[in-house]
Amino acid sequence: MHRVAKTPFEFVGCTELREILGSKAEDELQLMDLLEEVPIESIYHHTHQYFLRHQYLMGPYPNDFATWAATQVRDRVLGERLGVIDPYDFDTLEDLREALIAVIDDHLSRLLGVPRVEDGKPFYFMQSRRVEVPTGMVARTLQEFRDGLAKVDASAIYYHFYAARVRGNGRAGDFVVWVDRELQMPELAQQLRTIDPYTFSLEQLRDRLVEICDTVLIPGRQSDAGSS
Amino acid sequence: MLARLEDYREVAPPGTVDLLYRLSEKVKGRSLLNINSTRFGGGVAEILTRLVPLLNELGVKATWEVIQGSDEFFAVTKSFHNALQGREQEISERMYQAYVEVNRENAKHLLFEADMILVHDPQPAALIEYGPRVGKWVWRCHLDISQPMRRVWRFLRNYVVKYDAAIFSLPTFAQKLPIPQFVMYPSIDPLSDKNRELGRREVNKILDRLGIPRDKPTLLQVSRFDQFKDPVGVIKAYRIVKKHNDCRLILAGGLADDDPEGKAVLDEVKESAGQDPDIHVLELPPNSNIEINALQRAATIVIQKSTKEGFGLTVSEAMWKGKPVIGGDAGGITVQILYYLTGYTVSSVEGAAFRIRYLLNNPQVARKMGADAKEHVRRNFLITRHLTDYLTLMSVLAER
Repeated sequence: MHRVAKTPFEFVGCTELREILGSKAEDELQLMDLLEEVPIESIYHHTHQYFLRHQYLMGPYPNDFATWAATQVRDRVLGERLGVIDPYDFDTLEDLREALIAVIDDHLSRLLGVPRVEDGKPFYFMQSRRVEVPTGMVARTLQEFRDGLAKVDASAIYYHFYAARVRGNGRAGDFVVWVDRELQMPELAQQLRTIDPYTFSLEQLRDRLVEICDTVLIPGRQSDAGSS
Repeated sequence: MLARLEDYREVAPPGTVDLLYRLSEKVKGRSLLNINSTRFGGGVAEILTRLVPLLNELGVKATWEVIQGSDEFFAVTKSFHNALQGREQEISERMYQAYVEVNRENAKHLLFEADMILVHDPQPAALIEYGPRVGKWVWRCHLDISQPMRRVWRFLRNYVVKYDAAIFSLPTFAQKLPIPQFVMYPSIDPLSDKNRELGRREVNKILDRLGIPRDKPTLLQVSRFDQFKDPVGVIKAYRIVKKHNDCRLILAGGLADDDPEGKAVLDEVKESAGQDPDIHVLELPPNSNIEINALQRAATIVIQKSTKEGFGLTVSEAMWKGKPVIGGDAGGITVQILYYLTGYTVSSVEGAAFRIRYLLNNPQVARKMGADAKEHVRRNFLITRHLTDYLTLMSVLAER
């Protein structure tokens, strides 16, 4: 519990500037066609960066494509099928793009017509320009790590938990890797690893991370969440 | 006295102010010149009044210049404004010339010595033709130009394409352009008179002054008397609700000087309200910020039943006061209200009435929605987020 890491954890936040690409889909076929050609950054924006934009409340589905299909086209089947795709199941964003296209293609092959927005809004393809912002907060012990989690800007939770998985820390994310390697607390790392990333807003995720740390820091404290 | 950045620690999400300090280090010492057409009145002036000093606190050399023009020029730009938002206008060649001439004349007197020049809205857009291309030029369009009168847009577009980037409030407001286009939501200032905390006693005093009893649940819509805000539709929804739930309706708004239709809409509203003592039609003078704040805090449910809308920041103002909002499915209302979570978007009088009834009869749901609405605004529509956007824009464009 009182281990001091050789390499401190440095909390890094991030900001985004949303860019309009000028491509929009008014039906599911157009969505599929445009998915083929938009920059890969746009796939990232609508699947991963989604979480940065949902700091306090989760939307009904965990990516923009699913949300649009379900709420604007009112095609709940496609919304549900796209919503269950786990972006971290894929080694590359191109693989994820292929999976999204395959789901829409399969869905359309079962229908006689192409569902389109009637009263709803078109889908506007976007991408983000991101700026990394070192917060200056560092942690060397679990207590410092827990306190940092509690007060750092929510974008740092996104950066280390979601974005890290694309940067190269695999499914684990920065928190798990540091706790495992630097604090040498494999059980705690395992608890953090089992958090389901798709059921939390960033603030809910922050609470969950702090709660898990507290189960170690505060004797007798038990996690009451079901994911660990 | 204007609030300082440190004052926002109490209202912004955890870590936000610290992140702003860190982010600002990337652009510290760089200069940002804002140019618009009015120092007072209107949302752009309101936000620049706050953003410019805060940016300076963060080490950005931010300045704000206002172009000068004749009455003829502002009549022309008002026509442009309407035309770009889709209203048919008669615009002569002479009017185009007057627009160009005023921009050319202003360019002679303005110093464009800044790393970034942010030009707000169509009035000064042509300055780019006459200014030096040293810093980055960005056109910030606060209007919905998705369905403009083509001739006017083609004219303006000739200038816009010369900018390094454009910014719109929503993707739906934009046009196809060969330059990068970014999205930046507008914001509210939580420490301004319109949004700061008010005590119950202060709220009651203001309501007494406005002649509003606090004896029953209150529905409120704050907006200009404009047909697109559908105040008559709100009265119709209230009448449906009234069959089951005793309540009051307040329609509070002002009349813009340049909006002759407003008076006709107000007359229609008064006629529709008739002699119902529970309907209060309040004509508020400009700058009735404290009054609007008090009305929003006293309301049980806030309505913004627009059929066409710009961004509709009154929605965020009400949400910031912990109120569930029922809004029309239009413009920026749809990104402020998260359906079922922070309020409801509706597409009809009946839809509005149904949601009002539901919330009046389920106060615990209304309370939860209101609390979530406040947190949603805290993270997405406060001036601190807007500052983050400005600094990020400067940082991104500096790299290009």
